Amino acid sequence: MPQSIPPRPSPPHPRADGLAKACGTERYAADLYPPGLVWAGAFRPGVAHARVRAVHTDRAQAVPGVIRVLTAKDVPGTNLQGIVHKDQPVLCEDKVRHAGDPVALVLAESREALVRVLGLITADLEPLPGVFTPEEALKPGAPLIHDGRPQGNILLRAVIAKGRAAQALRRCPVRLTGVFHLPMQDHGFLETQNGVALLTPDGVLEMDVSTQAPFRDRFEIGHALGLSPWNIRIRAPYLGGAFGGKDGATVQCLLGLAAMNVPGRPVKMVWDREECFLAGYKRHPATLRYTLGAEADGRLTALRCRLVYDTGAYAHLGGEVMELGLEHAAGPYRIEHVRLEGLAVYTNNPVAGAMRGFGVAQASFGFEGMMDALARRLDMDPLELRLKNALRPGDVNPAGVRLTSSVGLVECLETVRTHPLWTGRRQWEAQAPPLTRRGVGLAAVFNAMGYGRGLPDMAVAKLELLEDGRFRVYSSVADMGQGNASAYAQLVAQDLNQDAGAVELLQPDTERCHPSGSSSAGRTTYSFGNALLKACTAMRVKLLSRAAMVLMRDELTSLELAPGRVVHPASGRSLALADLGRLLSRDDRVCVAEFLMPVAQDPPKTGTAFPIGFPHLFFSYAAHLARVEVDELTGRIRVADYLAATDGGRVLDPQRFHQQIEGGVAQGLGYALMEEVALDQGRILSDTLSTYLLPTSLDLPDTLSLAVDGCEDTGPRGLKGVGEVGMNGPLPCLAAALASITGQRPDRAPLTPERVLRALNRKPRLRKQA
Amino acid sequence: MTIRFVLNGREMCLDVAPDRRAVVLLREDLAVLGPKEGCGSGECGACSVLVDGEHRLSCLMLAAQLDGREVLTSEGLGDTETPHPLHQAFAAHGAVQCGFCSPGMVVAAAGLLGKKARPSREEVRRVLSGNLCRCTGYVKIVDAVLAAARVLRGRP
Repeated sequence: MPQSIPPRPSPPHPRADGLAKACGTERYAADLYPPGLVWAGAFRPGVAHARVRAVHTDRAQAVPGVIRVLTAKDVPGTNLQGIVHKDQPVLCEDKVRHAGDPVALVLAESREALVRVLGLITADLEPLPGVFTPEEALKPGAPLIHDGRPQGNILLRAVIAKGRAAQALRRCPVRLTGVFHLPMQDHGFLETQNGVALLTPDGVLEMDVSTQAPFRDRFEIGHALGLSPWNIRIRAPYLGGAFGGKDGATVQCLLGLAAMNVPGRPVKMVWDREECFLAGYKRHPATLRYTLGAEADGRLTALRCRLVYDTGAYAHLGGEVMELGLEHAAGPYRIEHVRLEGLAVYTNNPVAGAMRGFGVAQASFGFEGMMDALARRLDMDPLELRLKNALRPGDVNPAGVRLTSSVGLVECLETVRTHPLWTGRRQWEAQAPPLTRRGVGLAAVFNAMGYGRGLPDMAVAKLELLEDGRFRVYSSVADMGQGNASAYAQLVAQDLNQDAGAVELLQPDTERCHPSGSSSAGRTTYSFGNALLKACTAMRVKLLSRAAMVLMRDELTSLELAPGRVVHPASGRSLALADLGRLLSRDDRVCVAEFLMPVAQDPPKTGTAFPIGFPHLFFSYAAHLARVEVDELTGRIRVADYLAATDGGRVLDPQRFHQQIEGGVAQGLGYALMEEVALDQGRILSDTLSTYLLPTSLDLPDTLSLAVDGCEDTGPRGLKGVGEVGMNGPLPCLAAALASITGQRPDRAPLTPERVLRALNRKPRLRKQA
Repeated sequence: MTIRFVLNGREMCLDVAPDRRAVVLLREDLAVLGPKEGCGSGECGACSVLVDGEHRLSCLMLAAQLDGREVLTSEGLGDTETPHPLHQAFAAHGAVQCGFCSPGMVVAAAGLLGKKARPSREEVRRVLSGNLCRCTGYVKIVDAVLAAARVLRGRP
């Protein structure tokens, strides 16, 4: 599998989509307004837990401009959606389980009529007692969110164990405990969930939708609506952000249902921002309980923890998110004895699901909080403590997997250790202006790549030589903004020695591209890129061998690919690719190749509760540093400097690499400083962008992203996915910086001014004399 | 009601409903799709347009308020064949990821550079603070605006 790897990172390759997006000419799903449009919208009663006695649609049906009002009885299939567990109704029939559950679907001739009608539907609801925290949900006799489940409100309980944690903890000279509370986070993508669907006269349901998983969507829609997946065609144009929130059905099944009721007419559904908050997926709130044991010299020996994730009303990816959190719960460290227990629990809260840092962003607050507390207890340098325990190549990680993949955490930590932002920290802290406290924190984090064992992480790439001699990549993995499509174009151009402009991209279309999984798990460039390089190899052989016939050469090795041509350097003769493009039949101009991500050999005999996705083999690593200023009067934290040193294998394109890190850090800083979906009895109080605050350009620092030089031998050109790891550092990093000021580890995120003020006042500290 | 205005250099004369919002007029009636609707309530800035050179949010304006005005969207500044220096800088500096905020960011930045040829980094951050971006963390956006300002001043 190791491939020829170039000696240096390649020069920057401008993104293929940058200019059109900046000009405003790129078309997203939200930009589609085909003629004859029907508008569809869902009626959501807004009650967190209730029996549905009746849905009254009579007044609504009579409104001019209304085409149809549909309820659960109009859904032809199972009426159930869900990626792993099918437990989420498209339209609820007997029960609503969270405030965003829909009970009716309206089709109207105009958006104005749609809005009028949604206000005229009523539902007779019999309120049921709800559970709004996992603690309530786990109590004996708690109201059940789903009937008939032997495990009650527990979606999934799992244990990852290695060694003898309980015994080892008893023997540890140093033992620490900690509890950590994590908030619900919203993805905050700017393009809300939306799409356009059409049922064609041939009975094919076509959909252009803002989705991360076009191929899987066919099965979700087909199952829920009783359609054959082969009669469903999904196209995924560039997404206006997603971050996990468009992995799984959002508008898809509702749109499909709507389109089935107005054959031949396009139907559009766009959730507004309030509906996006109400009905969209969220990052799991979580509570983490840790006990860490170490030797007096700082070596970690044992860890016990219990992670409880609130998955909300439906399973969605709750079990899988908890799995990844649990697999990372012990941090990127060598620990011989661990017992990690995880629960994903149903509540009547909004549905939680995938979000960048998939369960790991939560766990990072826990393990790094414990490391920081240990450093303080032992009076050790926090960086040296991490270096002492950092995973290295060939180690067995806490989940019991031998790391045969690349591991660059030590290099990340060394990068921070020698950086002036770290070496000059004491001086900087001492120069705090009046009424300001300064602190510096660091965090070591990691994030797995790929689906994990048991769920084949496969990609199938198709590459075509066009008749004009250029190439087309049939991208099968949606580009939600991370730039994977541009990476594909770059890989092809470099591998086939063509100009960047000679490669065009087709965005995912289930009819024209091959199934390659979702745009998630930091896998998009790794898996599809590997498949694409194999297709390039086949294409090169094809081009040279077909050209050899025309150029009358016996030896393919005497021919080379040049921009737009196959050349025979010895004779100076050449053949234009445009001529080859016309010479070959369509079938002969196409190369298809697949790639399957390797998995851990000899997986540990633990984590057996996970049906899929455990364990992982590949991880990206990072060390982050934050310098913060705390305003003593307001409690506001200002992040003055932020440094992220990341091991993502070899860097294919520095600009896209740093984009991912800076963006991940930005979302992580939002998570650390201000983002929290406020809930009252399952109802969202912060359902606008003025009550749910996202970081603005005034809230974020000029983050400095540095790549450490690494190489993952199995990766395309040596790379690993870096989409998620940047998200995991900021919260523990800022918590550490704050703890360095107050002397106490924060146990609850986000670090709002109110909490910071309380922490400052808890233990007043005399200001140092200048 | 009938309104007349100049949109990206073209004279428009249209019959619009009194309650039609400007963003809907632009996007759905005129197929000018650069302004995006991210929130519908003036909180995200994706629908930014310039009205007589001033940065405005088209989701908070009625179409009728465009009457007699000159309206500029990102498309009016240039296209992929003849891009504006801001477009070029956004692409070159990696200021674009998902891109949904980009046309609005470009417009907001154009409004600033129309008034101030040599803004500081802090001024750029302040002017863009009403335009949310969830992908980039803003570093490369600010870089791009400052780079475009240099080009527009004639010093690439």
